[in-house]
This record gives sequence, C-alpha cells and structure tokens, in this order.
Amino acid sequence: MARAAAPLAPLHGIEADAKLAFVEFLLTSIDVQESSRRAVDWLVAHAPVTEAAVLVAEPLSNDMLLVAEHGVSSGAIMEFALSREDGNHPLIQALASPQPIYIESLQPHHRVPLEARAFHVIPLRAEPTETGHGLLLVAGIGPQMDAETVWLGRTLGKQVSRLLGRQLLAETRFGQERMLLYSIINAVTDPILLTDTEGKLIIANSHAEKLFAAPEEASEGWRRAAALNNMLFSAALSTSAVGMTELARRELLLVDPLEGSDLLFELLSSRAKDERQGTYVVSILRNVTDLARAKEEIEESYRTLRIAQAEVRDERHRLDLIIDSVADPILVTDQEGDIVLMNTPAERLFNAPGVDDEGTLRRVRANGANLTSFVSNVLTRSGEQRYRGEIQLGDPLTGRPLPVEAVAGTILSEQGELMWVVTILHDLTEAIEKARLYEQLKQASVELERKVQEATAELAEQNELLRRQHIELEQASALKSQFLANMSHEFRTPLNAILGYTHMLLNNVTGPVTDPQRKSLTRIDSNSRHLLALINDILDITRIEAGRMPLNATSFGIGELFEEVQAELEPIIKRSNLAVTTKVRGAVPAVRSDRQKVKQIVLNLLSNALKFTPAGSVTMTASYDGRAKQVAIAVRDTGVGIPAADQAKVFEDFRQLDSSPARGYGGTGLGLSICRRLANILGGTIELESMPGQGSTFTLRLPAKGRRR
Amino acid sequence: MSPAHVKGRAQPLVLVVEDYQDAREMYAAYLQFSGFDVAEAGNGVEAIEKTHALLPDIVLMDLALPRMDGWEATRRLKNDERTRHIPIVALTGHALAGHAEGAREAGCDAFVTKPCLPDALVAEIKRLLEHHRGKPDHPGEPARAAKSTKRRT
Repeated sequence: MARAAAPLAPLHGIEADAKLAFVEFLLTSIDVQESSRRAVDWLVAHAPVTEAAVLVAEPLSNDMLLVAEHGVSSGAIMEFALSREDGNHPLIQALASPQPIYIESLQPHHRVPLEARAFHVIPLRAEPTETGHGLLLVAGIGPQMDAETVWLGRTLGKQVSRLLGRQLLAETRFGQERMLLYSIINAVTDPILLTDTEGKLIIANSHAEKLFAAPEEASEGWRRAAALNNMLFSAALSTSAVGMTELARRELLLVDPLEGSDLLFELLSSRAKDERQGTYVVSILRNVTDLARAKEEIEESYRTLRIAQAEVRDERHRLDLIIDSVADPILVTDQEGDIVLMNTPAERLFNAPGVDDEGTLRRVRANGANLTSFVSNVLTRSGEQRYRGEIQLGDPLTGRPLPVEAVAGTILSEQGELMWVVTILHDLTEAIEKARLYEQLKQASVELERKVQEATAELAEQNELLRRQHIELEQASALKSQFLANMSHEFRTPLNAILGYTHMLLNNVTGPVTDPQRKSLTRIDSNSRHLLALINDILDITRIEAGRMPLNATSFGIGELFEEVQAELEPIIKRSNLAVTTKVRGAVPAVRSDRQKVKQIVLNLLSNALKFTPAGSVTMTASYDGRAKQVAIAVRDTGVGIPAADQAKVFEDFRQLDSSPARGYGGTGLGLSICRRLANILGGTIELESMPGQGSTFTLRLPAKGRRR
Repeated sequence: MSPAHVKGRAQPLVLVVEDYQDAREMYAAYLQFSGFDVAEAGNGVEAIEKTHALLPDIVLMDLALPRMDGWEATRRLKNDERTRHIPIVALTGHALAGHAEGAREAGCDAFVTKPCLPDALVAEIKRLLEHHRGKPDHPGEPARAAKSTKRRT
C-alpha cells in the first residue's frame, strides 16, 4: 500500500505535523491493539476528551473486545462484555449505522465501558457503506463532534478495516500452510511424532503411523506390534530426560509391524511448550539399523586398520633402528629435493640439532646446498637407477673438510614416477688419507727399489771384480799346484838316482865297501829319504789343496790295518824301546774308505807318538760308535804332551811346537796338517786330548760306510 | 825263478825304457846284478823297435818319454799280436790323479811309483814274471800292481 494512495486531509501547522506522524505510524503498524491505543493517545492529546475506548470484533467469534481505552476505570473494563449477536444493544446497532451516533443516555442493562452518560459512537470502517469492524467511543467533547475526532475516527476505521481484513486472509493461508506442512512431514522418511509427555499420539506422519497405529483392517500381528511399539516409545519418553529443553538423543528398539524384524532407531525428542495446548513432545525416529551394522563394520575395519598401523609403526621403528645403526649417513629426499627422512649420522651433518652456533648453522646450510645440487643431478638423470659422485661437505661442529662418496638410488612408484631419492654418504677422509699414504709408500718403495738397484749394481760390479780376482787366484793357485807337482817330480828323478845308487853301493853291487864308506853311504841314504818325504808331503798338500787327491774306496778291517802299520814301523818301534799295543774294542765292522789314506794317517799318528814319547807306552785302540756309525781309531801315548793353548796349532802347516825338538825328532812338520786334511777328505775328523807331561791321545773318527756325498 | 823260458835264453830279458840315463843305467846295473839280461831304450819309438827286435820277457816302461810317451808305446805294444803277451810294468814319477788309470787303460800289467829302490823294482818284476810263467802266449788279465812305495813323514 503506497503512501500516496492514502487520502489525507489538508494539513496546517503543528496539527498537520502531528497527524502526519500518526498516519506514518499506522502505516507501519500491523497490530490492531497497538494502532488503537496510539489513536486514543492522539485523540486525548488533540481533543478535550474525558473518556475514550476502542472495541474490535474478534474475527473468529462474535465477541467485541476492548483493545484500547482512556479514562475508563479498571472495574468498568473488567465487567464489560458484549456480543455482536446482541442486536438490541445500541453499540451493536451502531456498527451498521451509516453515521456516528451521539448517545445521551442508555438503559441500565446496556453496558458500556464508559462512565459518562453521553458519548459519541463512531463505527470503524473503511467505507460508510460497510458494517463496522469496531467502534470508537468518545466522551467529553459535547454533542457536536469536532474535526479532530471526526478525522481520527475515519483514519482509525480505515486502519482497523485494513488490519482485520488481512487477519482473515491469514487464517485461510494458515490452513493451506498446515496442509503443506503435513505433506512435508509425510515426505520425510523418518517417523515423526507429536505426543504429549506421556507419549500419547497427537500428530504422526505416515511412517510413524505405520509403526504406532494399526488400521482397522490390520492383522493381529500388526496390531500387537503397534501396541508394543507404543509401549516401548512411552517407556523411552518417560525414562528420557525430556524435561530439558535441549534435544534428547537415545536409541530405541522397535518392531517392524509388517516384517516382524527388529528395527533400531535413534530417538530425537524435544519438549515444546504451547500456550494453548500445554507441553508436548516432538520426536523424530531415525532408522539406524543399517547404520549400526555399518558402524560395526566400520569398527571392525577400524580395528584392522589400527593393527595394520601398529605393524607399520613397528616396521617403521625397526627400519629407523636399522637406518640409525648404519654409521654412514643415509637420507631420503623427495622429488623436490627436500629431505623427508634421515638417520642420526645424517642429522649431524644436515641438521645439527640443538646447536645455534652461527658457524655450525652456516656449515649445515652449505652441506644442505651441496647435497641438493647432487640430488638435482640425480633427478635430471632420468633412467639411471644409481648415481655415484663425490661431495665436499664439512663437519658442522669443527668445520673440518669432509669429502664423502655419495651413492644415490631412486625409488619409483608403480607408475614409474620418481618418488624418492635415497642417498648414502660414505666418509672418504680415511680412504683419501690411505691413498695419500699409499702414494707416499709407493714413492718410498720406488726410491728404495732404486737404491737397492744401485746397491745391487754396485754389488754385482764388486762381485764381478771378486769373481775375476777369484778366477785369477784360482788360476794362480792351479799354476802353483801344477808348478809344485812338476817340481816335485823333477826333484824326485835325480833323488831316485841318488837313492838307487846309494842302495846299490850298500848292497855291494859294485863291490864290497869299507865300514867308514858304509857309514857315509847310510847318511846319504837317510838324508835322501828325508828329502823324499818332504817332497812327498808337499806334493800331498798341493794335491789336497788343488782338490786333486784321488780317492779309492774299498772295504777293509781295522785289525789288519793295525798289523800292517805296526809291521812297517817295526824297526822304529824296536829302536824306541816302547811298549806298543793294539786293541780292537768290541765288534768293529769293516770300514769302507780309502785304505791307503787311512793307513797313511794311522802311520803318521803312530810314528808321531813314537817320536814324542821318550818312555812308557803307545796304545792304538779301535772302537765303533753304532749311533753315529763312526769308527774311532785312538793313538794314545805317555809322551811329552801338548799344552792346551797349543793344541790347535799342531794341525797347522810346517808346525812343530818347538823348533829345537823338531830337529831332534825329525819330520817335516807337515804330518798332522796332512792327516787332518786327509781325514776331512774322507768325511772324518781328528781330535786331540793332551796334558803336558801326561801324554797325548789323537783320535781319528771315520764314517763306517764311507764319505757321504 | 825260471829265467830261460823264451827262445832258449839262460836268463830273462828285461827291456828298461827310461829317458833319464842315470836312472836307466842304475836299474840296468841292478837288474844284471840280480840275474837278468837287460836291454835299454831311451824313448817310446826305440822301445817299440827293441821290443819287436828282442821280444823281451818283460818291459819296464817309464811313462814320461820323449818322441813317444810311455802310454802310447804301451798301447801300440798291447795292440800288436807279436808283443801283446809281454808284460809291461809302468814307472811313473808322480802319482797324480789319472796317471795310474792312464797306465792301466794303455795296457800296463803293473805300475810302480818313482822313486823306486832297485830291489823293490826287482821284486815287482820277479812277481810279474812268476805270474806269467806257463802262459807265455796268453798274458791274460793284467796283474794287480803291488804297492811298492813306502812313504812316511
């Protein structure tokens, strides 16, 4: 309703402003009572009114209600009651009157809310032709209505007509909306009920009716089920905390009347208060039968999930332990190059937890940057599963350079996308140090080898020199030996003639010789023999030294050898007046050796013993040492003996202990030297035991089975 | 002793082959003194000629000889049918290794080392002749040499 459409009287001054304000209020008001009260107030303010009241016909009944008043006693208001059916009442008659009525007095049984006897009755309506919807009663303004009262009556009439007419319309609309609400409620699949607090049904939608209300033609089972459901529902309501205004939520088990199966509902009920109908309860039942089943399944799968999670956690824990136990840093980076996992050694390099030293943090960042560039290399090399490289890192705490070998492997998803890069770092410090030391060692070794080669070359040179000298010496020695051999041969040829002729003369080959001649010839003979012995000794030594002493091994008995030796020296033994005895102790086996050389040695030892023993005895003893497989021939005398200090010297060449006894005893001084050399050639030894003044024992030991070569 | 078993000789004939005249004559004198006939030769060639000419009962052969040495002469005599049966005693001045073997290989029946006193030489000759008696045309195996040198200091 537009403001311009409102028929307004011409306005003047303050009166006009007041009227305008009042009309504006009416336009915004939708309440009859409020409008009426405001109108009464306005009237009291603008007219000499003593009493005023507004009566309105109630739309759904026939009563006239007092909605506004001024100057009316409360007792009058309480007592007032008027029905539109009371057609004799002047006020009811006034409703249909085309004009306002002035009443000067009323009969006592016609009650009005005013105390004044005379008052105006103005029907409230939009047009003068229609029946009024209400009445405005005004007293105190005299029989003639003033303009303000007339204006107000007309304005309020229009307002009341407008508002009451709308109220009727609203009533019809309410019915329609109620039907809509029913259809909406029925459309909801959940059962919805409106009950009193005891659970008595007031309104139910079709789904609820199916559960709680069995139709006339329903089976016995259905009816019983419905009755049971009602009982269960009532019990649920009574035990629930429905007293609260908040929503109460609980589970309710009902019976499906048609199927007979159990249905689990969630019961949502709330208490509502209505002024006219008192307290009632709205309940919504939500079927959770399937939900419960689903819930169980969810719980089961949740439990499975928890177990799986626990296993994964354990696995992860084990993996962490393993990874952390590896001394080499291990890192896992994602395809962006960000570290997603690392073990403790890696954390020391790339995280330095709990350290806020600026230098350390800087080095950690530098390490991270180096790793990132390595990993980005790996990422760009698609197709290669492994990548190896070296990274220069630094110890975050000390700043010590830390060269590492990095081995990276990529982990691909099932679709072949690169998911992670696993990098293992291996400290190369030790390896590099080892390599350096190895290099040093190699150099030292090369140096050593060079020196050794130098020394070897020098040595070889010296060796060569020595070898040449040796050859020269050998040649010289051989020449000497040859010279001596030749010389001794040359000596012996004339000596042979001397000895021969002397012998012939002594044997009277050329006729008898005189005794003085014989004596001289004997001297010539003995000196010639001595000279021959010297020459023979020199020849023997020369041969031995040249290694050209021929050996002729045969088997022979020692006893027989002793006899031969003794027989050969018989003349000397006789002359010496010594007791010479031979002894073979135990079973001495035959000896395999050069018989002539052995005989030469024994002859020598025996003649020496005879020579150096002024008085007493000489004993030759043979014995066999089975363990050493040696035959020992000992020649013991009771002679002058040899001091310990000189015992080694007797075996030297041309050595007799004293030059003067040597003269006295004769001999070349080469005998023992030759004996020892011969014994050595035969694989044997000669030993000496002696005490000065007590005698000497020379012992020849020979291997019984000949020289072992 | 059976001195004349060849060609009616009263005494056995010894051919002394020695280049050193003093020694040769000394042995010759002593052999004659001991009852042998003696012929002399001063070198190997002469030794072969005289052996062929005289067919001695025994040859005393020095090994170191001019013109032809004693080993070669011995080898030739032992390779000759006419002289093979004649025993040969080698005389060697120095018993260096090889001399004895060389003499035996050449065919000597015995050897003695110089210096050798005349009576030792005579004893060896007598021993060898005794050994060969009765088989004049078949000298047989060489007799084992007796050691006649006695050396001592």
